[in-house]
Amino acid sequence: MAEAPLLQLSGITKRFPGVLANDHVDFDLEQGEVHALLGENGAGKSTLMNILYGLYHPDEGEIHLNGEPLRIDSPRAAIDSGIGMVHQHFMLIPVMTVAENIVLGVEPHNGPFLDLEAAEERVREISQRFGLAVRPEARIDSISVGMQQRVEILKALFRGADILILDEPTAVLTPQEAGELFEIIRSLQAEGKSIIFISHKLGEVLEIADRITVLRRGEAVETLPREGATEEGLARLMVGREVLLRVDKKPADPGEPLLTVENLRVLDERGLETCSGVSFEVHAGEIVGIAGVDGNGQSELIEAITGLRRPESGRILARGRDMTGEGARECLEAGLGHIPEDRQRRGLVLDFTLAENIALHDFREPPDSKWGWLFPRRLIDRAKRLLAEFDVRGGGPQTLAAALSGGNQQKVVIAREVSRDPSILVAAQPTRGLDVGAIEFVHQRLVAEQNEGRAILLVSFELDEILSLSDRILVIYEGRIVGEYSRDVSEEELGIAMTGGRGTEAA
Amino acid sequence: MAYEPGTSATKGVTEWFSSRIGGILVPVAATALAFLIGGLVVAITGNNPVTAYKAIFAGTGLNWFFPWVTGETREAAANDLQQTLILMAPLILTGLAVAFAFRCGLFNIGGQGQYWVGFSAALFVGTHLEGLPRPLHVFLAIAASILAGAVWGGIAGILKATVGAHEVITTIMLNWIAIFGGTYLYEIGGPLQGPQESIPRSNEVFESAELWAIWGSLPALHAGIFIALFALVVYAVILNRTTLGFEIRAVGFSPEAARYSGISVAKNYFLALAIAGAFAGLAGSVDLLGFKFSVDVGDYGTNFIAFTGIAVALLGRTRAVGILFAALLFAALEVGTSTRQLDPEVFEPALAVDLATMIQALVIFFVGAELLILYIWQARKLLRRGSVGEPEATP
Repeated sequence: MAEAPLLQLSGITKRFPGVLANDHVDFDLEQGEVHALLGENGAGKSTLMNILYGLYHPDEGEIHLNGEPLRIDSPRAAIDSGIGMVHQHFMLIPVMTVAENIVLGVEPHNGPFLDLEAAEERVREISQRFGLAVRPEARIDSISVGMQQRVEILKALFRGADILILDEPTAVLTPQEAGELFEIIRSLQAEGKSIIFISHKLGEVLEIADRITVLRRGEAVETLPREGATEEGLARLMVGREVLLRVDKKPADPGEPLLTVENLRVLDERGLETCSGVSFEVHAGEIVGIAGVDGNGQSELIEAITGLRRPESGRILARGRDMTGEGARECLEAGLGHIPEDRQRRGLVLDFTLAENIALHDFREPPDSKWGWLFPRRLIDRAKRLLAEFDVRGGGPQTLAAALSGGNQQKVVIAREVSRDPSILVAAQPTRGLDVGAIEFVHQRLVAEQNEGRAILLVSFELDEILSLSDRILVIYEGRIVGEYSRDVSEEELGIAMTGGRGTEAA
Repeated sequence: MAYEPGTSATKGVTEWFSSRIGGILVPVAATALAFLIGGLVVAITGNNPVTAYKAIFAGTGLNWFFPWVTGETREAAANDLQQTLILMAPLILTGLAVAFAFRCGLFNIGGQGQYWVGFSAALFVGTHLEGLPRPLHVFLAIAASILAGAVWGGIAGILKATVGAHEVITTIMLNWIAIFGGTYLYEIGGPLQGPQESIPRSNEVFESAELWAIWGSLPALHAGIFIALFALVVYAVILNRTTLGFEIRAVGFSPEAARYSGISVAKNYFLALAIAGAFAGLAGSVDLLGFKFSVDVGDYGTNFIAFTGIAVALLGRTRAVGILFAALLFAALEVGTSTRQLDPEVFEPALAVDLATMIQALVIFFVGAELLILYIWQARKLLRRGSVGEPEATP
């Protein structure tokens, strides 16, 4: 190599008690490139970047900037060297304005007074230069998550960052916002900034990165250029084995309708109507996908169907039985399984053991209990069986649910729901936050359940997921079903319908 | 797969650490630290902390368990131990009253009120129904106290379940209703005042309603300690072996997940506070039928047993075994520092009572600061490795 790269990390090793988080990792960044750091949850991506940002100190290894050895022992030192980081969880003060947040700690001042106008002026200037379109005087709690992320980027740029670390930046964004973020990244790149893009999503890495480094279990497995890289190849590098990105699925052979929703109207907490007359049917042995951007009434729709929210009007029939307005317990007893969208808050009691979590719906009845008397031994025995069957790793029946990784937590939820042999299964965001290997498992399992003859309602923000699993696709927009498509519809067509554009059967 | 074995192993270790070691370490460290600081204060007041603590320990009667303590000292120790155990019984029960609600995610500050209504209910039964066989009379008086306590706690429970009134506010208000209600009943000219017109005191319960004395006479240790121990077992069994306990714990850990599983959050709020109240009410009858036998209006201003019960529940980390030891500690501390136990030459009794209060407060403070203690402990381990920080968390 003729010229030293802009930034070079060599032989970085970081040990935590019982874990080798980074094992002699080499990573370099060229001026003006987007270099993606790809790996599953826990592969060591964040550790490596936290070392670069001065939050951790490596046990071994060196960092060179422009060929000069560099010691970074605090975020302050990183910032001084022109390294900025946008964390997955934003560090903004909600009640302060954009400009105030950005200048926090480096306030321009006029004597002893804060010169807010100068601050706003500079923020506006940088914002325009990179096409960020952020209003400096807006309060943080009044702007969208996507905007808040731009504020974080601005914050780094304001402090003179030439190297930007973006930690899982799309995790919190809608597809539209993600698209806009990529535009911003490209304009940053055009201005000569260099970007490290951390992700576990294959598609977006292939879209935005110039080079990709794959981390697996703390080791840098390979660094490769985008050209020639494929999703399948990257998935194999990430997981260490062949991964099926698209599930094999036989054409559906739908039976009788098991779940019927008629003209359902549902209100949210604030009393606003978020579902305005939704009707559809899900038949035995088919997967119906509901596609839509977050916040178009999906959550309320699911809650109404699963007995967690009382609908205003309309009807819900499960196997022909009217379940409208029944509670969660009645729904469970009527043969409805529910994989909830928030497994940590709703799907699991994190402080319960896995055995208790698996018994969460059935503990009232024999064999779990009799006359109010619980048989913990039986809970444990069943859990042992199910944990093995669903390949849950990282703990046994007596482990607390909180100790498991997201993918394994989700397996526990699925094991519980499926083992009750429901005729209807509602799966909301079943793969949110999971990595490739776990997603593969969940998808295969859902198809297997479909083949068992269950009626499956899948709600997801991920178009990929909807397209690869569903037999029929409904698009929800502002609380209405605005279109129905077969599974060979194009992603573009769905995308347009999801944002309120014209659907084939527009309402 | 979806997780890195190393990462989840670390998480497992942390989990194990905080649930096992942390579970014992924190209360023990908190107690030790409290005694240490208490000792410093003793030293500042110009006394020898070691002699003071020795005297306090002797005053608790716990030295009775040492086989080499003989003769007169042993007799004195027996007397002291009886007092410690008498006090321990209601401390266990009021501790359970706080702990049980806590397991459902509720903070029951109403133990004192529940204690007093239980006390009054038992007093009413104990001063009526003359001529009943003793076991029946005792049983009825105790049952009345449990019921009354449950009603008192249940009122706060219903308010929480139906209109969402915060249990901290309502239980405090119910405390005052119980205190002023009791004052009204037994004050001079009150409807249930006892035989002496000039003394604001209730009647004494009939002998047939008294709990059996089992050891000593000053006053004697009564059967209440067995009732308290039995209640501890009931507590553990309800929580761990019944569907009711399963629901209560589920609601306590995650109301949202409980609701999703078809568990009624409102119903469990009500039940948890009612059962908590039952424990506190039982504490009232144990005290009444065990050694008080009547109540003086003045007692309403000096008895804070259920507030010490909060300390017991916190130090015991709401576990049955923890509550047992915490109740023993606080009972011993109170008896050991009471004025009649201490030799003024060694340590001024008035100071000793303050010292007991101070140590109690410090224990609570440090238990509350458990995160801090755990943090220091872990930071120490990490520092030894020359680094501070945690591995990336798997979301």
